[in-house]
This record gives sequence, structure tokens and C-alpha cells, in this order.
Amino acid sequence: MKYVDEFRDRAKALSLVAEIEQLVARIGRPLQIMEVCGGHTHSIFRYGLEGMLPKEIELVHGPGCPVCVLPMGRVDDCVAIANRPGMIFTTFGDAMRVPGSKKNLLQAKADGADVRMVYSPMDALGIARKNPDREVVFFGLGFETTMPSTALTILQAHAEGIQNFSIFCNHITIVPTMKAILDSQEMHLDGFLGPGHVSMVIGLDPYEFIASFYKMPMVVAGFEPLDILQSLWMVLRQIAEGRCEIENQYARVVADSGNAQALTAVGEVYELREHFEWRGLGSINKSGVKIRSKYAQHDAEAKYALPGVRIEDPKACQCGEVLKGLIRPAQCKVFGKSCTPETPLGALMVSSEGACAAYYQYGGGIKLNVRAAL
Amino acid sequence: MTRVPTVTLAHGGGGKAMKDLIHDVFVEAFDNPLLRPLEDQARFGMRELALLGDRLAFTTDSYVVDPLFFPGGDIGKLAVFGTVNDLAVGGAVPLYLSCAAILEEGLSVDLLRRVAQSMGAAARLAGVSIVTGDTKVVPRGACDKLFLCTSGVGVIRAGRELGASRARPGDKVLVNGLLGDHGAAILGARGDMQLESPIESDCAPLHGLIEAVLAAAPGTRALRDATRGGIATVLNEMAAASQVAISIDEAATPLRAEVKGFCEILGLDPLYLANEGKLVAIVPAAEAQAALAAMRAHQYGRDAAIIGEVFEGEKGRVTMQTVFGGTRIVDMLVGEQLPRIC
Amino acid sequence: MCLGIPGRIVQIDDAAKKLATVDVSGVRRQVNIACVVDEAHPVASCVGDWVLIHVGFAMSRIDEKEAALTLQILRELGEAQAELEAMRGSLPS
Repeated sequence: MKYVDEFRDRAKALSLVAEIEQLVARIGRPLQIMEVCGGHTHSIFRYGLEGMLPKEIELVHGPGCPVCVLPMGRVDDCVAIANRPGMIFTTFGDAMRVPGSKKNLLQAKADGADVRMVYSPMDALGIARKNPDREVVFFGLGFETTMPSTALTILQAHAEGIQNFSIFCNHITIVPTMKAILDSQEMHLDGFLGPGHVSMVIGLDPYEFIASFYKMPMVVAGFEPLDILQSLWMVLRQIAEGRCEIENQYARVVADSGNAQALTAVGEVYELREHFEWRGLGSINKSGVKIRSKYAQHDAEAKYALPGVRIEDPKACQCGEVLKGLIRPAQCKVFGKSCTPETPLGALMVSSEGACAAYYQYGGGIKLNVRAAL
Repeated sequence: MTRVPTVTLAHGGGGKAMKDLIHDVFVEAFDNPLLRPLEDQARFGMRELALLGDRLAFTTDSYVVDPLFFPGGDIGKLAVFGTVNDLAVGGAVPLYLSCAAILEEGLSVDLLRRVAQSMGAAARLAGVSIVTGDTKVVPRGACDKLFLCTSGVGVIRAGRELGASRARPGDKVLVNGLLGDHGAAILGARGDMQLESPIESDCAPLHGLIEAVLAAAPGTRALRDATRGGIATVLNEMAAASQVAISIDEAATPLRAEVKGFCEILGLDPLYLANEGKLVAIVPAAEAQAALAAMRAHQYGRDAAIIGEVFEGEKGRVTMQTVFGGTRIVDMLVGEQLPRIC
Repeated sequence: MCLGIPGRIVQIDDAAKKLATVDVSGVRRQVNIACVVDEAHPVASCVGDWVLIHVGFAMSRIDEKEAALTLQILRELGEAQAELEAMRGSLPS
């Protein structure tokens, strides 16, 4: 595949790894680099990147998995919507297994709710078009990457006058959460790998404070393994040279200014919420968006009475500490014991992008030694 | 005899309507001497069987695939080849199949006939006979259009010992071709994801290929068809049963470009996609090249490859050397693979 | 929520609704291209474009020059490493 295979080239990885080793030797101390985005976490495990890096580098897996950080109360709301008579509830496949306080959407479907997986919000709108006598709700979740798609879908529904289609909006925004992590006194980070696909929408400007105020290097990174290694190398180079900048490794996809059309659609449809609840992290100010009242007809929260009950995270679960990089997944008390992909207790075990599920699935909590194989 | 357009509950009543339907649809399509008497059971001589080997193999499977017809196959062909393969991977020569059909009221008789004819054609191609059967009709909604259950009997030649627990360190791991085609074809055919692709199911009978492999590599330890759960699941089963570790090489794993694209779009891992004409073979290193050559000489093994090897290590652990030089664990799946966007 | 993959726009399906068909390694799907068109790059000129697709929307036009530049940096790194290795190899140990 063009733009994919050439960024999975092992030969190029070897020289990058050698460069990284030299930089680490030059810096001469252990380094904690957070990859913010769950897509990066997935690639890191999928390609076994951790095992290729010098031991001084610790990759801290950040909060950038929107499925993982979805609080149980919101899943309960989904189940309540799905259980309404005549309802067709549509969702991305990722959300099917996220635990609510009583059941997940897969169980709700088994119990008789009409829950359908779709690839695109556009397909959910298509279902609404085909079923004018039924209500269709799409479970809108995701970061800024996904917001334009649901915003454009709402605009399309509005333009066509489709009355039976709405979105249950759970979109969240990554920047306030990165700030919350930086403000947390508990942890020390040396740099960020920035979320590539979020940045393709919002551009680089929103991260400026990370370099200027928090003096933290950040490199917006692509998702292929060479992208991640190169971004890491760029972060290390900043550290070695005493620079703090927002750099863009993923320039083939991310324009520094972001995507104007996407941002226009998002601004037209959504406005910031005062605060939004994150599983494992608690409530974070201005970290979520809601649908503007102008489009209330397409807002499931405005259309239906929802339980809206806040459910505490399971007590034993240490997702918050993992998300903040304080402990590694395998150090959690319940990891691999009462919390497994089969019976996820914590959010991070739910999605394949979640650090714990990735550890469990691809790494089993062990650091595989493959340096000999290189 | 008048031909009715759809199956009704009358067809399940045991009376004339049922008899006509069975005759018109199944008996005609399956026709063979053992079926023809239409007794409650098929009867076959033990002496003929004993000439072929010293043990019987017996297997059963159910087929509930949706849609019933998909690129490269249909539920009938799948049922016949699936049962043939379940016998063949045990080293058996497949001989006789049964077929039980559960029909949903309202099913088109023409469609049922097409499925039955596809089963008959598949059986003839595989050299097996469908010798006994059963038909039930259930009310609308009690099943989804058509379910098939097939059982099969085969004979294992004396001295042939294949088993998932027989893998030994040093053995090579082979597959007989491109992986994941069936899973991708079915997902595509369902239409939920609105993807168009030329991918067809790999649905095929493997006993011919298996005989060729066993002739070329008589020391072959284990064979298993990589159906639901894909090769990842089979490898995990073999590693666990043999108490060994298995390592595969991503770069050597044969995948069609379209299946790769399909998986990239939906965030799926092709190692877990179902196959219906692919098997995993564990072969001693000394015979691996001979087994590979035998596979590649066969029509259902042209893209065969040696994808990995068995070694002493963490027992039951399957790992993969990624194209990138890293190593990852290839675990059993918890549930079904769901398309993901993150 | 970041799964995004490159695909090529092969045909415009509905110019008004900005719908087009993309091809990813021989697999095709209809996507919305509203985010990659503007006055300078109208719908009709999109055929042949490589775009990054996320949940059925083309979210960015892939910049071929930037991709080549990234790969060139990686190539140069490799060459620098090779030289370094060669220098090390020629030194008496």
C-alpha cells in the first residue's frame, strides 16, 4: 500500500534506532515520553517497538483512546437509548464492548435492542433515510479527528430535513486533557508524541502552550512504525539540544494550520461543554463538546430523557494512574487477574487501543527482548 | 408434482408435502446408491472400509453463515467442504456425509434447491457421498433462513498419526496459501460496512492436498484447518496442546493486497480472519521443503509458504516477528473481532 | 479514535453531496470528501488524489512531496549511520 508500506521498512528502522541510541547516550538519563494517542499505543505494540528501544526510554501510554475514557454512566445512557421502543442504535464496533454499570451494548443487543455496527456516521444517516418510521441514533464518540465526520453528518441530515436521525454526542477534546496531565504534580514527562490525526484537523497552534509555557518538546507523529521512531528521534534531538518546540513529523497528512473545512463544520455544529467526565481521570474542564441548540433536532441528549447518572469507576481499578503514567499496566493490582480483555474492569482493558489491552494482547505485560533479532 | 415457491410449515409436517420437498430438492441433488433406498439410516459395509485403513474418523459441524450466497461460495458448498476438511486434517479419507437442514418458514424453494445442488456438486467434486439427512421447518423468526448441519465419516490409513499435541521444537509451520479471504469475503458480502472488493471465499476441499503433503512429508506432525478465529487461533491451540512456543514471520505470511486493504480500513487483524480452504501444517524441518513443494504443486496450495517454526520457549506462547523487526504476541481472541475506528 | 488510512479517489459519485469512491488496495468504498475540497481544489479535480480516510470521510489530502521528504530524511540517516559504521570498522579496535 502506498504511503503505508514504505513507512514499515525495517532497514530504515535500524538506522533510526541507532540514532536514537546515540541521542540517549548523549542525554545520559532515563526519559519518559508520552504517546498521547491510543493509535500510537496500538502501533507500538503491534510492531513491537518498545523492545527495539534502549532501556532508558520509557514510553508512557497516554489518555488518547476515546473508547477507554468513556465513563460508565454514558454507556448506561446508550443502553437506555437503545432500549427505547422502535429505536435503531448505531455505533462504531469499538464501543460495543465498553462496560456500562450493568451491561454493554453487545449484551443490550443480545437482550433484544436493535444495535447495529456501522463504519461511518454517514451509514447511520443512510439507515435513518431507509427507516423513516423509526428513530435512529448514532453514538458519536472520538476526539477532534472524528468530530468533523459527525458534524458533517448532522449538517447533511439538517439539509435533507431528516427528522428521525440524531447523535448521542460524546466527543472529547485532547488539548485540555494534555494540560491536566502537565498540571498534575505527580508525574514527570520529558516530551510528547503528539496525536497525528487530531492534529490533521486542529493543526499545530493549539499545542503552542506546551512548548512555550510547560517547556516540553512535542512532535506530531504519524502512525506507521517508522513515523513513531522518527518522531521519537525528533523529540530526543530537541531534548539533547535543549529545545522545546512543536514539530511536525507527519507533514504528509498534517498541515500546520489544520483543516479549515473540518474546523468550520465542527464550529457550526458543536460548542464546548463546561466540563466532561473521563473514565479514570475524572471531570476535566472544557474537555468535551455538545451539539448547539440550533441542531437540537439531531441531538439525542435534547430529544430523549436520559438517566444521566454518574457512576463511580470501579475502586480496585488503577486506570487513572496508568493514564497519567504513574504506573505501568502490569503494575496495576487487578491487571490480568480480575481485569482481562474477557472481563474488563477498567477502561484501558476495553479497547485494543487501551494500554492495558495492548499490553495483555501483544506484550502480555512482558518486555520481549528482540534486540538480538535486529 | 406442483412446485411451490416457498417453504411452509406444511413441509415440516412429515406428510406428503415434506416428502415431495425432500425428493424434489435434496434427493435429486445428492443422488447416490447409499441414499437411494431412503431408509432412516444409510448402510455401508465394514469390509470396504477396513481396506482403506484401521480407524474411522467421525466429525460434525453446523453452518449458519449469513448471507447464504457470497462471493466464492454458498452455505451448501461450505458445509460439504468444511466437513470434508475436518475429516481430512485428521489424515482421514473422507467418504460419507449426512446433511440436516433447518428451514425457516418462507424460505424460497428455489434458493433451497440452489443450495442443495451446490452441496451435490461439492460432494461430487470432493468424491464423497451425502448418504443420509433430515429436514425440519421452523416458524418465521425461529431461525435465519437456513441452517445446515453436516456430519462426516472417513477412514484413517494405518500408521498415520496426526495431532495438535505432536509439534516438536525445530518443526516448521506451513500454510497452504493466502489467508483471510473467507472472513473478508463474508464481512464484505454482509454489506454493513459498504465495502466493495473482488475478494472471494477460499472455500475448497483439502483432502487431495493433504494426501500429497503426507506422501511428500510422511513425518508431518499436525494439520488443522484455520476456520473461525483464523490461523492465530489454530497456532495457539497447537502451541498449547504441544506445550511448545511457536513463532511466525509476518513478512512470510501470505496475504492478498485486497485483504490487507480490507483489514486496514476496518482495523482488523488478518491472522484472526476465517479461512475455509486453508490449513496450518506442522512438519519436521527435514521434510518442510518437500511438504512445501507438494502444496505448491496442488491447485489449492499455489501460494503456500513456510511461515514460522516451533521452538522451546514459553509453553503455549505464539509470537510474530513483525515486518518491522519487532516481536509481538499473537494471543487467542476473546470474542469476535469487531471492526474498529480507533 | 484515530484509525486513518490512505486511499485514492477514483470517481466522483455525487458532486453536490461531495461523495466520491476511494480505492484502498483494491477495496472500494464511498466517502465524503467535503473536507478536502475548496475553491482552489473543486470536487471535479479530486479524482486521482490520495487522501487520508477516517470513518468514511476524506480528512486530508496526502502531500506527496512531504512524504518523499520524510523518506529522504530517513534515507540520509541510514547513509550517515552506514558511514559511521564504516569509519568504526576501519579503526583498529
